[in-house]
Amino acid sequence: MAFQTNNRIIKWIDYRLPVFSFAHHSLIEYPTPKNLSYWWNFGSLAGIMLVVQIVTGIVLAMHYTPHVDHAFASVEHIMRNVNYGWLIRYMHANGASMFFIVVFIHIFRGLYYGSYKSPREVLWFLGVIILLLMMATAFMGYVLPWGQMSFWGATVITNLFSAVPYVGDSIVTLLWGGFSVDNPTLNRFFSLHYLLPFVIVGVVALHLVALHQHGSGNPLGIDRKGPQDSIPFHPYYTVKDLFGLGVFFIFFAFWLFYAPNALGHPDNYIPANPLVTPAHIVPEWYFLPFYAILRAVPDKLGGVVLMFGSILILFLLPWLDTSRVRSGRFRPIFKQFFWVFVLACLALGWAGAQPPEGLPLAISRVATVYYFAYFLVILPLVGWFERPRPLPASISEPVLGAGKMAAQPAREKA
Amino acid sequence: MRKFMFAAVAAFLSGTFALAAQAAGEQDPAPSRSWSFSGPFGTYDRAAAQRGFQVYKEVCAACHSVKYLAYRNLRDLGFSEAEVKAIAAQYEVTDGPNDDGEMFQRPAVPADRFKSPFANDKAARAANGGALPPDLSLIAKARPNGANYLHALLSGYREPPADFAVPEGLHYNPYFAGKRIAMAPPLNADAVTYADGTQASVDQMAHDVTTFLMWAAEPKLEDRHSLGFKVILFLIVLTGLFYAVKRKVWADVH
Amino acid sequence: MSSTQVSGAHGGATRRDFLYVAAGAFGAVGAAAAVWPFIHQMNPSADVLALSSTEIDLSQIPEGMGITAVWRGKPVFVRHRSAKEIEEAQAVALADLPDPEPDAKRVQKPQWLIMVGVCTHLGCVPLGQQGDFGGWFCPCHGSHYDTSGRIRRGPAPKNLEVPPYTFIEENRIRIG
Repeated sequence: MAFQTNNRIIKWIDYRLPVFSFAHHSLIEYPTPKNLSYWWNFGSLAGIMLVVQIVTGIVLAMHYTPHVDHAFASVEHIMRNVNYGWLIRYMHANGASMFFIVVFIHIFRGLYYGSYKSPREVLWFLGVIILLLMMATAFMGYVLPWGQMSFWGATVITNLFSAVPYVGDSIVTLLWGGFSVDNPTLNRFFSLHYLLPFVIVGVVALHLVALHQHGSGNPLGIDRKGPQDSIPFHPYYTVKDLFGLGVFFIFFAFWLFYAPNALGHPDNYIPANPLVTPAHIVPEWYFLPFYAILRAVPDKLGGVVLMFGSILILFLLPWLDTSRVRSGRFRPIFKQFFWVFVLACLALGWAGAQPPEGLPLAISRVATVYYFAYFLVILPLVGWFERPRPLPASISEPVLGAGKMAAQPAREKA
Repeated sequence: MRKFMFAAVAAFLSGTFALAAQAAGEQDPAPSRSWSFSGPFGTYDRAAAQRGFQVYKEVCAACHSVKYLAYRNLRDLGFSEAEVKAIAAQYEVTDGPNDDGEMFQRPAVPADRFKSPFANDKAARAANGGALPPDLSLIAKARPNGANYLHALLSGYREPPADFAVPEGLHYNPYFAGKRIAMAPPLNADAVTYADGTQASVDQMAHDVTTFLMWAAEPKLEDRHSLGFKVILFLIVLTGLFYAVKRKVWADVH
Repeated sequence: MSSTQVSGAHGGATRRDFLYVAAGAFGAVGAAAAVWPFIHQMNPSADVLALSSTEIDLSQIPEGMGITAVWRGKPVFVRHRSAKEIEEAQAVALADLPDPEPDAKRVQKPQWLIMVGVCTHLGCVPLGQQGDFGGWFCPCHGSHYDTSGRIRRGPAPKNLEVPPYTFIEENRIRIG
């Protein structure tokens, strides 16, 4: 059903600039598999969180001052004097955490259901690029309030680059614009923190183009056989996404209004002091797994390489996973390793928050080994040796056959 | 497997929150107390906060600034406009330059920030044996378990255990990181005389000044709590409606 | 949300439509309410509002001289008018004025003329004691004001604005 309207103004514009046809095509009639579970809600949630972060961020930038002498005070000005400033700043700070929660779930969904497999490899690459951009943006944003954790986080993370052989120190000096983290660093971080979200928007657009090229995957991981397997995006998935959005906003609002500082660190309410390092430097929770990998390796360069490698390895995933079955639902052995992988990631997150010694260090080392083994050894081998369960003939068949299964995916997930 | 996952998630979360406690190093955990501002409907006990302001003004302000507060903010604690003006006028602040190019002193007005006891951090250190009395505007948020910690610290001075060495110039306080603190016990019974007749015990003053400092750190807490309640209530209804619509729309798919 | 996409073929059309309208209306109200903080944050913040009054000591200004003070970030002309200036201002016939206003309504004490020094045309700051009427002249687009700060010639539509002020002492005013 192509785009149709009786409104002459819309017709006139659409004939010359087909924005209405385009929106209709990609938001209304876009044929979507009828069996998507609630795990498929997180893509649109991530898009919404990106918008929330950009809108609140633009507003905060109207009141923030990127100067070492004024940054901390200007954040307090926002919290105390600006109308609803406290709300918008807490929204932005907690919104970052919400964005990462959503994106992490989105990624694990992709890992379980083989969303990175042909013909969606580029879609997956674009997603990994978005993750990298998000991490850079979040890191630089955390520096802006110029509290103790801002300053020392910036110092520690930029110092990672000093591990690069020969030119490491020059790179760090270049990043800082001086010989320590100081005003030039703060200024450039502010500039880039404002820029990168718009780069993310661009990559998200490409991510959607790639998505719509072959359509959404689905929990069964089989291709659609005909029109009976699809339903139009609107109203089915618009309303389902709205429902998911409502549930998610309730979750968001709980943190925002009743525990706005729980995900942050108290030390960041102490103004940056270049002469005193806090007793325990920890990054924000969403970086903890990567931080644990960094500290699990006794060698400086090795730690940095593995930390970046833990994300870059995702670019190889379409070739490392040798199984031709997409969905983990039909892969009995893969499934077990997958859940252990999830556990390893959680263990890394836990270990990243502990002092790097004793049991946490041992756990982070075991989990790091498993993390890389999962991609480099387990996935290639399981793909060869595993005997997948038989795939259903079509999407419609199990939906009809399994009765209410698809109607209540929430129960299946619980 | 799923139960396992939940246990893992729970362990992960508890680990994340536990880190806040250990970050401050070797010290006793502050006992939990009940506060007027805790919980989803918490508000500031105005009487306690006003008494706490008095404690700040008469005791803490000798060494500690609250530089992110302005006198006008005291209106939030229930002081009248005239009272705030009178409080502000007790302080002389530097203004200028005037038409002769000179800085001059004038009585503070409500729009002025609280006057700091020292001109700068170096002066503060010099007057306090090298230790810097921290600014207190955000102290209740800048320490893990802030309110309980402040109360425990302020009322927690005691004789050190026999085997615990406390150097000259430091004081034993089990709630402070390292248990040795430069600040001398700030509160003595009846150090202030409360206008409302409340007995000024150390415990009472610690409670009151903690309420004041929590307000200083998070002045919008009441707005936040009440707006949050409305927003969440609204979202629950809206989400319920969306769910009903979703059920209707999807009824013909299955 | 368009309810036309789904046909009411199953009979429960009325209830279904009601649901759509209710959900849509609720969502619209919520979205509108959520926009307000993002607009209101651009209004003057609490510290700006708290600074909205300025006190000026008049005792240092000799007759025939003026100063420019700052109130809410804008220049305020405070002029100690001479007898001649007062006389000129009071002598003007209201019919000659584009924005008729007697001098007596623009001052509390005739010798003290206090007004916001912002041209009512497009916001430039007029120059003092210039122009064809012995008052102020705006160099941007050529508006002439008289010794009472009233527009006499040029594109400006209104007289220079008199801010709210009070004499708190004989020689001391508070603006705002």
